Amino acid sequence: MRGVKRTRRFGVVRTMAKTIIQKVWDRHIVAENPGAPALLYIDLHLVHEVTSPQAFSGLRERGLKVRRPDLTFGTTDHSIPTHDRSLPIVDKVAETQITQFEKNCRDFGIPYYGPHSAKQGIVHIIGPEQGLTQPGMTVVCGDSHTATHGAFGALAFGIGTSQVEHVLASQCLLQTPSKSYEVRVDGKLKDGVGAKDIILNLISRIGIGGGTGCVFEYTGSAIRALSMEERMTICNMSIEGGARAGMIAPDDTTYQYLSGRQYAPKGAEWDRAVAEWRTLPSDEGAKYDKRIDIDASALEPMITFGTNPGMGIPITAAVPDPDSVKDPVERDTLGKALRYMDLPSGKPLLGHPINVVFIGSCTNSRISDLRAAAEILKGRRVNPKVRVMVVPGSQQIKQQAQAEGLDRIFKEAGADWREAGCSMCIAMNGDQLQPGEYSVSTSNRNFEGRQGKGGRTFLASPLTAAASAITGVVTDVRTLLG
Amino acid sequence: MEKFTTFTSRLAPLAIDNIDTDQIIPARFLKTISKAGLGDQLFYDWRYDAAGNPKPDFLLNRPEGRQAQVLLAGDNFGCGSSREHAPWALTQYGFRAVISTSFADIFRGNALKNSLLPIVIPAEEHKKLLAAVAANPAATVTVDLAQQKLTLPDGTSVTFPVDSFAKECMLQGVDELGYILKQDVAISAFEKKRPLTINTLSAA
Repeated sequence: MRGVKRTRRFGVVRTMAKTIIQKVWDRHIVAENPGAPALLYIDLHLVHEVTSPQAFSGLRERGLKVRRPDLTFGTTDHSIPTHDRSLPIVDKVAETQITQFEKNCRDFGIPYYGPHSAKQGIVHIIGPEQGLTQPGMTVVCGDSHTATHGAFGALAFGIGTSQVEHVLASQCLLQTPSKSYEVRVDGKLKDGVGAKDIILNLISRIGIGGGTGCVFEYTGSAIRALSMEERMTICNMSIEGGARAGMIAPDDTTYQYLSGRQYAPKGAEWDRAVAEWRTLPSDEGAKYDKRIDIDASALEPMITFGTNPGMGIPITAAVPDPDSVKDPVERDTLGKALRYMDLPSGKPLLGHPINVVFIGSCTNSRISDLRAAAEILKGRRVNPKVRVMVVPGSQQIKQQAQAEGLDRIFKEAGADWREAGCSMCIAMNGDQLQPGEYSVSTSNRNFEGRQGKGGRTFLASPLTAAASAITGVVTDVRTLLG
Repeated sequence: MEKFTTFTSRLAPLAIDNIDTDQIIPARFLKTISKAGLGDQLFYDWRYDAAGNPKPDFLLNRPEGRQAQVLLAGDNFGCGSSREHAPWALTQYGFRAVISTSFADIFRGNALKNSLLPIVIPAEEHKKLLAAVAANPAATVTVDLAQQKLTLPDGTSVTFPVDSFAKECMLQGVDELGYILKQDVAISAFEKKRPLTINTLSAA
């Protein structure tokens, strides 16, 4: 402290260029005690039915209240069926979980969207949709895809159930700072290539653990050119590159998206907020611990072939050969993945038959994703051998899609138009692959059994998914574009 | 929580990189509202056949696997979903430590909060340890958290990093929430000067 005072007295305030990651971190430090991590304040805590019940039990056991229900919001998304909501929930275990969640929210005074709310949806869809997620905030949720909210310039990350309890009880978390990792994406995307392809390309290059210990900041002209929904797709999968969080500095695109949303500031509050948000972008000359450059103009549609999201290739490229890998554990890991997927190495996936197409998840279930898929499906029929599920991210998205007539396009093409939820991304709610089935999925994880025990997942963009739905095989969407 | 004490144990090797939390505990077991019974579901889809019978050749179904309190895993263990059910399942099975060359961030934090010690050792030592267990499945290691020291089957030892605060919590057998709640004065002071952001209770 003495040093700081002295520099001020001589009028030489040291101006350290900061990244947005540091700025948001610094503004939320409650306490820094010797021998303990920093105590970080949390502006928004999102809760859902799967990772919260044991945290609420913990509160009850200790006789604690929720400190700030006004900074907490709940929704039901993971285990909720996506069929007609007027029907009962067949899975009694899931029903108990949902009922318990609603009871927990009521008992502790937390507002939430239950199964029958017109605003219910996937937790990472509704936060931004309702204007809860705002620039400069710290946002947490017991879900690794909390990284999504970083698209607004929020520091947003997933936490475990112990930490859910910590935040419920104290609105704070003990945290150690992460390293900063600049992901710079410049250039113009080609037709048929989008946000999903940018993030799959990044993860295929750095690997699924490449960002461990880091927070990504996505920068560059290609990122600036993206809509908020596309930015969310990118930030969403930061965790698939190992980073707990991924941020994009706010700009006019961000403010336009937020303006007028339910929980966004209004009137003079709005002007004050925007002035504050404009101070968030990383300073000129700010230093990052790591950096990678991606040339957007060189990207092709991406698809994964293996059992983690880092096992991705441009859609025209060949599946790699385990024999070409030197490290024995890495070689075994790749070999195990290809055996699970029952795929030969050395040739592209193009033309590989599929059984299911899933368009949905917190990665790609927003209105722009549905519009992109509908553009391909319009006036076409899906292959009769393929089951196609379109699951909007929220009931509001569903309403909007119906107002635009997208539901008719999907149904006329032979696709199944569902209610909002996580659905086949995590396969907890009965929407799942059968053993041995292949899907092209717009979700975020292709782990063994992720979409159902024994199921095999190819991750790709909504465009690639829709194109493959029509042909019944893995397809390069560019062959179907006008 | 029990105090974390020094122990000697056999190892259960699972030399696969990027073992994700969906493998540790598949999502369909996350519909529970308690923590009970997760140990039997650990690595379920690797451990049981289609009919739900234990696969006799899977290490964790064999007596020697049952004796192991240390899991020896490949790089980037615990990646993917943030589910704390993963460390709950591992500790309920009987594991007290996992050795790898790296851990995913969220898993590492969750493990430490459940007295499951994530031990990071250099790649060379990891290779030697895998070879030692392959040569002698009964080989043991000694885990000493206070000294942050792992004693290998050949008697040599390596030190490992661990967050000093988490270490103290584990050695004393206390969780972090007690400490956090004691910061109430600082939290209240922060809240007074904090600008208003949202009010989730304000909805019409």
